Amino acid sequence: MANIMRVAEHQNQRKAATRSRHIDVALAGNPNSGKTTIFNNLTGARQHVGNYPGVTVEKKTGTCEHHGIKMSVVDLPGTYSLTAHSGEEMVARDYIINERPDVVVAVLDASNLERNLYLATQLMEMNVRLVLALNMSDVAAARGIKFDLRLLSQLLGAPVVPTVGHRNEGTSELLHAIVSAATNEQPEHVSVSYGKELEDGIGRISDLITTSGTPLGQYQPRWLAIKLLESDQDVREKVGSEEILGAVEQTAERLEKLFGHPLEVIIAGQRYGFISGACTEAVRSTVEARHTASDQIDAVVTNRVGGLPIFFGLMYLVFHLTFTLGDPPMGWLESLFGWLGKVIDSWWSPGSESTLKSLLTDGVIGGVGGVIVFLPNILLLFVAITILEDSGYMARAAFIMDRFMHKIGLHGKSFIPMLIGFGCSVPAIMATRTIENRKDRLTTMLVVPLMSCGARLPIYALIIPAFFPHYWHGPMLWTIYVIGIILAVSSAKLLKFTLLKGQAPPFVMELPPYRLPTLKGTLIHTWERAWLYLRKAGTIILGISIILWALTSYPKKTDFGRVYSAEIAAAESAYESDPETLAAKMDEIEQAMQAEELAHTMAGRIGHAIEPLLRPMGFDWKIGTALIGAFAAKEVFVAQMGIVYAVGEADEESDPLRARLHESYTPLQAFCIMLFCLVSAPCMATVAVTKRESGSWKWALFQLGGLTTLAYVLTTVVYQVGSVFTAGTG
Amino acid sequence: MVPLSLIDRGRKARLHTVCAGRRLTARLASMGLVPGVEVEVVNSSAKGPFVVSVKGTRLILGRGMVSKILVIP
Repeated sequence: MANIMRVAEHQNQRKAATRSRHIDVALAGNPNSGKTTIFNNLTGARQHVGNYPGVTVEKKTGTCEHHGIKMSVVDLPGTYSLTAHSGEEMVARDYIINERPDVVVAVLDASNLERNLYLATQLMEMNVRLVLALNMSDVAAARGIKFDLRLLSQLLGAPVVPTVGHRNEGTSELLHAIVSAATNEQPEHVSVSYGKELEDGIGRISDLITTSGTPLGQYQPRWLAIKLLESDQDVREKVGSEEILGAVEQTAERLEKLFGHPLEVIIAGQRYGFISGACTEAVRSTVEARHTASDQIDAVVTNRVGGLPIFFGLMYLVFHLTFTLGDPPMGWLESLFGWLGKVIDSWWSPGSESTLKSLLTDGVIGGVGGVIVFLPNILLLFVAITILEDSGYMARAAFIMDRFMHKIGLHGKSFIPMLIGFGCSVPAIMATRTIENRKDRLTTMLVVPLMSCGARLPIYALIIPAFFPHYWHGPMLWTIYVIGIILAVSSAKLLKFTLLKGQAPPFVMELPPYRLPTLKGTLIHTWERAWLYLRKAGTIILGISIILWALTSYPKKTDFGRVYSAEIAAAESAYESDPETLAAKMDEIEQAMQAEELAHTMAGRIGHAIEPLLRPMGFDWKIGTALIGAFAAKEVFVAQMGIVYAVGEADEESDPLRARLHESYTPLQAFCIMLFCLVSAPCMATVAVTKRESGSWKWALFQLGGLTTLAYVLTTVVYQVGSVFTAGTG
Repeated sequence: MVPLSLIDRGRKARLHTVCAGRRLTARLASMGLVPGVEVEVVNSSAKGPFVVSVKGTRLILGRGMVSKILVIP
């Protein structure tokens, strides 16, 4: 006994667009329905990822063609519903109402049909031309579920096309259905009937809206009425009229008293009742649906005792693979950039100084190259994350970590980004997208940089062996990481207590069955994320690299303390017959010159200027200069220290540099350097990504300011207190 | 009428009411937990998550929530 209502007055007007042989299509569906796979099948490589204006939700568009008809396809964010509760839902809903796509395709997981149809019932109320893609029909068939497609289509008022997304089956039939829907007359419109009392209420409010003359153009009165009764915040604001809201209030009160449940629950219940009815008539289940394989895996994986070790084991595996598999390509890229530098060098006659040359080699290649070199690692990390997500494991992981996360006021889903932060903050912040609660998401984004990222490792690797005995190396490194974790947890707790106060939402999550991710899907997914990373991190870094290059190269020094030209000439004549010693002597002279030059530049001068500020932490101007450079990317710190101490090309293995550092600083100062580098903002790419993901500069700058302040205060305290205790031990 | 937490694994029950805040109740309803719906307890062992099957979908529920869901066995 399906609840069907003929709503003749909701006939769609034929759109002029269909005559011009171009169709706008929107894809909607649940997150786990395989919608993205369908999108990939339709558009292939002709995709583009961007942003909906004003929000941080991703917008995916693409094009395709069918029998000469061109189509633009928009992949709306995956949602379970179209309420005003989350950014994604609002975006999807606004798109459908404001952009009026010619056809909306609802992608449904056939093996989970009743739940998936919830979204479809809401789409049916939005007066759109609907096509239902019955995806994963292979899984349904394997479970012995049979569909009467014609009847289902009739009951739901939309064509139903079976598809198997991961085998690209049913795609042309789907395209055909889309074209038909766009060009033909709408079938009889079908909508959920909410039962006599509720329908009366809806009708009354709907009439009130129509007669009130409120300018709500493209919104259907009935849809508005239903949403108002559902206490939809967004619609309430849009309607605004006291009279209407008052009437809604009254009706809601009366009905809730009658039914004994909140209206949203009644309305949801009616929708599910409609769905249930339609499915009873048109769907036959011959075998009891069981997720036995998934259940068996889960029994082990989410087990209270075994789940945690398995999770950490998997994460360790991911990191290990990322770094071992990523190292060779990293080496190639380093060589590539080295080679590129030489090529550019060769365009100028040897020995000649040129601003442009320096800009290109040191500024552009040095800066941007340094970031791109990490791309293999980042890509591998993304691949691993994508596979874990698409297979369904991430849902289990979020649950496992929820117990701990809850204690600091966060959701289990916050753990994954924090874990990724041990590799690199940039993809970690991007990974916070899975956190629905905005406050939790912001909190996570702000504290992720405290998880010591890979770029800081060279700094530790340089300093620890220079100052501490061998058996302290491991524990020292471990201590730094643990300090980072403790700070992250405390900061998160503090933030959730003050600025971003809010209860972590109770844990309820859909548990999708385990699935084998498709190769194509994984690659496309990964590539999308990597491209975004390259674009955003790359452009900002290019800009700042150039600025830093300028700061560390200018102004050029012409008056030197030592007369270098004379020294060079003297060396050349003294060691004419001894090329090796000559080379060493030349290096020494050149490095001394570089050190003086650096001191003279803007960066050097800034370093000197801020030295009074740095002194409480035990730092001197040299460290200050190096820190300025390190803002581009933390690894630069080591290189800059090398220049400042005139040991030439330095990396973290450089013993000469270690020796010089050991002479110049105490172990306490060294520890403070590491502490400061740990806590202060990792790099400008992090700030840039935070701005993008949070949607405003406010939070990005708060992150930068907050971390820097925390670093300063903490390091100062440690140094001052430490000095008291180590006074006299030099 | 008993809290869902008292239902054994493998058993089914009918949802009666959700005794939680309005937003949470509405959210659970949109996920299928509406009055009258049949839920089956898939996993209730204290060693793991509380998982129910509703309309063919698996849902993990936090323990605090499970005691707020009243069902008729």
